[in-house]
Amino acid sequence: MQANLLEISYLIASLSFIIGLKMLSHPDKARKGNILAAGGMLLAILTTLFLYEHEGRAMANHWLIIGGIALGTGIGYWMAIKVKMTAMPQMVSFFNGMGGACAGVIGVVEYSHHHPMEYMTFDGSVFTMLAGLVIGSVSFSGSMIAYGKLEGKIGDKGFSKLTYINILLLVAILGLLIYVLSLPENNSTLMYLLLVLSLVYGISFVLPIGGADMPVVISLLNSFTGVAAAFGGFLYDNQAMLTGGILVGSAGTILTILMCKAMNRSLLNVIIGSFSAGASGSGSGEDGDQVIKEITISDLAVQLKYSSRVRIIPGYGLAVAQAQHLCHELEKLLDAEGIDVKFSIHPVAGRMPGHMNVLLAEADVPYEKLQEMEDANEDMARTDVVLVIGANDVVNPAAKDDPSSPIYGMPILEVESAGTSVILKRSMGVGYAGIQNKLFFSNNNRMLFGDAKDSLQKIIQELKSL
Amino acid sequence: MESIIEYLGEHMAMIYILALSIFLGVEVIKNVPAILHTPLMSGANAIHGVVLIGGIIILGQASSDDYFTMALGFLAVVLGTLNVVGGFAVTDRMLEMFKKKQK
Repeated sequence: MQANLLEISYLIASLSFIIGLKMLSHPDKARKGNILAAGGMLLAILTTLFLYEHEGRAMANHWLIIGGIALGTGIGYWMAIKVKMTAMPQMVSFFNGMGGACAGVIGVVEYSHHHPMEYMTFDGSVFTMLAGLVIGSVSFSGSMIAYGKLEGKIGDKGFSKLTYINILLLVAILGLLIYVLSLPENNSTLMYLLLVLSLVYGISFVLPIGGADMPVVISLLNSFTGVAAAFGGFLYDNQAMLTGGILVGSAGTILTILMCKAMNRSLLNVIIGSFSAGASGSGSGEDGDQVIKEITISDLAVQLKYSSRVRIIPGYGLAVAQAQHLCHELEKLLDAEGIDVKFSIHPVAGRMPGHMNVLLAEADVPYEKLQEMEDANEDMARTDVVLVIGANDVVNPAAKDDPSSPIYGMPILEVESAGTSVILKRSMGVGYAGIQNKLFFSNNNRMLFGDAKDSLQKIIQELKSL
Repeated sequence: MESIIEYLGEHMAMIYILALSIFLGVEVIKNVPAILHTPLMSGANAIHGVVLIGGIIILGQASSDDYFTMALGFLAVVLGTLNVVGGFAVTDRMLEMFKKKQK
């Protein structure tokens, strides 16, 4: 009875994960889907806590478990509430790392407890423990590096030999895994060696990948943790862990591929052909004799007022400057003048796909004011003024015409075909991919230096006084 | 080789779930609009926090004198809960903004 109830609760939880994930892919049902999945999770946690039995042994240490959950809930909730919208991507990476670490710890404990069966040459449960341990650890250390990179605490420290070291590490991990599996007895030393190697691999795997590719990496590590959880499901014969884990594993992989497609690159290219390797070499050298043209606030305000079509291209800089509300104000102001104004959003603008949508949604920008890249490019030739706020790589024409550029092949917003483009930027610094942008020197481009929030504020004032 | 087949045979039901879930995951995600990529990734992130159940089982099955297991089990529970609660809360915060403007 008790065991059946537990199984039924796992069934309900699994269904809630599936339906929740399905609802998460519809804009108007997404929030309910999230709550549904959370409810299923709560059910699975409670029934495990009170109904689980292993070989007649009921659960103990209830207060310790509840204490641990309370502690995790307190910290997790506090972090999730405190985090700024701009820091959302690294927060996801952080929580993903926690799940990976959990899977890793489970692997360590279970292996330490395991009594191998003598007659077996292949022990499936040892395999699930070690696989969970390896994948969980890689996901943990990789996520922490991704977190550090997005926080700006870790730079791109790629050096060309790292790819070979990575391949060596991977071979070493696989070899050691197979060797440990073939041992007739438990060997804790080798298990810890496996743990260390996996942690190191996670670090060296993410370290050389450019910051601009971090969303893809986070999504990939997300599916890693899912797979690690699924191995846990095998280990405990637990269907909720299995379905939850593998669902995320496969959905996360598809999501990763979708993101790669949006950047017109293959996953392998992201992982191996890291941005930082050749970035400094290309694109430079030709900018010496070119001049950039600045624009004043009042000129820009006049130009905007007498335009009939204006597009705003937001990027990560907008998020950093927290200027989304001012953007909305500017948009309303221009809208009131009868100007057709929209936000054109590149699929990978910001640090995550959809990052800009979330940010603009926060500022109450209505759906119909947002425009996807394909539509934006169709309109571009008929657009009078394009305001590029804190975006750089997604409008870099090098992606179209410079095969030596690291971002070559990525679809971009074709700003250069608009009447005038105005780039709001702090300085002439390069974007996240670390490459120079030819657009800055183009004939119909103007620069407006300064903090985006500041500049927008002044433009709005100027517009009002016109 | 024999023991591999034996292991697979014993876990056939689980392997069915595994195989079907892989296809299900692909189908569920396939047509998601780009706007929802971030919340979806974040929601999926919360769901794999289900690994927390493993931590609960470890801690719940630990003998009271086995401090190694108790300590690591406790750690696993805290880490897993961080993943679950943080994941769902962050996702909800993102989605809340989508909802506001629909009025």
